[in-house]
Amino acid sequence: MILTKEQQAILDGEKGETLAKVMKTLVMYGDAFEAEKLVPITSKYNHLVTSFGLKVMSPVYDLMQQLLDAGVTSGQKFSVDPRPLDKNVPENLLQNLVFNKFMYTKQSFYEDQLEKLGLMDQNAFTCTCYMDEVGNRPQKGDVLSWAESSAVVYANSVLGARCNRNSGIIDIMGSIVGYVPYFGLLTDEGRKATWVVKVQTTKKPEAQLLGSAIGMKVMEDVPYVIGLDRWIGDELNDSACAYLKDFGAATASNGAVGLYHIANLTPEAVELGESLIAEGAREYIIDDAELERVQNNYPVIWKDPNASPKLCFVGCPHLSLEQLKTWTENIEAELKKNGKKQVTVKTVFTAAPAVLAAFEKTEYAARLKATGVITSYICPLMYMNNPLCKKMPVITSSNKLRTYTSARYYTDAQILKTITGGKDQ
Amino acid sequence: MKQFKGRVVTPGEVTAEAVVTKEGFNTLASLQMALQFGDKEVKCGDQSNKELYGKSLLGKALCLPQTIGSTTGGLVLYCACSMKKNPACMLFANHIDSLAAAGAVLADVWVDGVTMPVVDSLGEEFLNYVKDGMTVTVKADGTVEVE
Repeated sequence: MILTKEQQAILDGEKGETLAKVMKTLVMYGDAFEAEKLVPITSKYNHLVTSFGLKVMSPVYDLMQQLLDAGVTSGQKFSVDPRPLDKNVPENLLQNLVFNKFMYTKQSFYEDQLEKLGLMDQNAFTCTCYMDEVGNRPQKGDVLSWAESSAVVYANSVLGARCNRNSGIIDIMGSIVGYVPYFGLLTDEGRKATWVVKVQTTKKPEAQLLGSAIGMKVMEDVPYVIGLDRWIGDELNDSACAYLKDFGAATASNGAVGLYHIANLTPEAVELGESLIAEGAREYIIDDAELERVQNNYPVIWKDPNASPKLCFVGCPHLSLEQLKTWTENIEAELKKNGKKQVTVKTVFTAAPAVLAAFEKTEYAARLKATGVITSYICPLMYMNNPLCKKMPVITSSNKLRTYTSARYYTDAQILKTITGGKDQ
Repeated sequence: MKQFKGRVVTPGEVTAEAVVTKEGFNTLASLQMALQFGDKEVKCGDQSNKELYGKSLLGKALCLPQTIGSTTGGLVLYCACSMKKNPACMLFANHIDSLAAAGAVLADVWVDGVTMPVVDSLGEEFLNYVKDGMTVTVKADGTVEVE
């Protein structure tokens, strides 16, 4: 890798041993991909994936402390993934004990470290930092040092920014020195599609199911999706963006997709069309039967596969304001149809603190509360990341949550029916 | 015995028993429970990976195409190495992915006293040949012997 004089000086230790190790990390990371240079980060803010003060992650906090002790901070302010706990979310005594006395004992300590390193503000905890209400929304062409798979794939695909699927820790190291290695999704070549996915379903495909199917098929490659605009339109409005947020999160967690192009919809596909498709690209056709096959293949690891759901999470990634409003209307209508006043399964909707604050200012907030649904800013994955939850029959419409926990995947329609006391549970 | 030649991502030499997946290795889903709740054998907790689920990864030669999933993947690997709960080596059939590369580099630069050789680009034939329980030897130049 060819470094500038400034970069070489940092690597040689002229600005201290710790900064030299940070630079060495980025150079070795780039070398693994034959990167020829480091390029400046151009986004206003960074986004970090590590938001949780898990006792077991002590090596991470030790490393952060090394940075702080050496006087190193992030050159950019940053948002970070959601907090793991919220007293609004149902938990029993044992869970409370495990969460607060065993698992997340480092939470306050770590949040203090984040603040010193450059946290945007006390509410900047969400996986959907790019929402208008949150304010960390990069411009098209911006070079980022983000982590959080669902945010990276959204920034690349929907916003047209340029970011590799960076790991936690690498994310902050980029904004400490102000550079990232130039490879992969930062390059024009790396943004070309090596798969053409043809959507041939007879109805609008479930976002999280379609994303799961594509992620498992293409792994870390870039798919060019044809036929989806038929169902979600050719305009990046609130509805299409929410769909792509959920779709992308599933491609990134069920596979390792960092960028997708949707014909006639996402910015680079609109601008460059099928010239984005690389020579020799493979083809994957998705029809109703393929989506059914994918869903039926998900393992059910509940202790009792026939148990009635006890808890439901919706909002991984965090819900948008429009999604909160739509869910409110749908739940009200379905409850009325089923002759019920409140949801029959404890249900938690998760969204960014700033989105929840905006939601609270609308008439929908009281309406949703009346249905019995709880809203929270937590990360459901962090909530379920313990053996106690393994015994609980939890349902979710998030394919990301399904992947990392014992939660069972239901489509949005199945969730709606189940939580409102519909008969086919 | 069969030899394969790959590219050294982080150097080292080791001999270990193989555990093999032909699916992407989801680092977070595989390791989080084991690390968090002190599983001494570091059994794979990824319910979606039918080849590895429930198998011990500690001290094994983990043979895989690439890693997938959450971008915490690199720091989870880094933590596993810091806690000495890591595989003996990671052997990739494909070019290494960004998350695994980050984990390998972070461990190499920031963790003292732990070596986890990582070799990539070993080819599809490597994954087709190597089976669970085989003995794998990694050489410093990226040569991998399987027997």
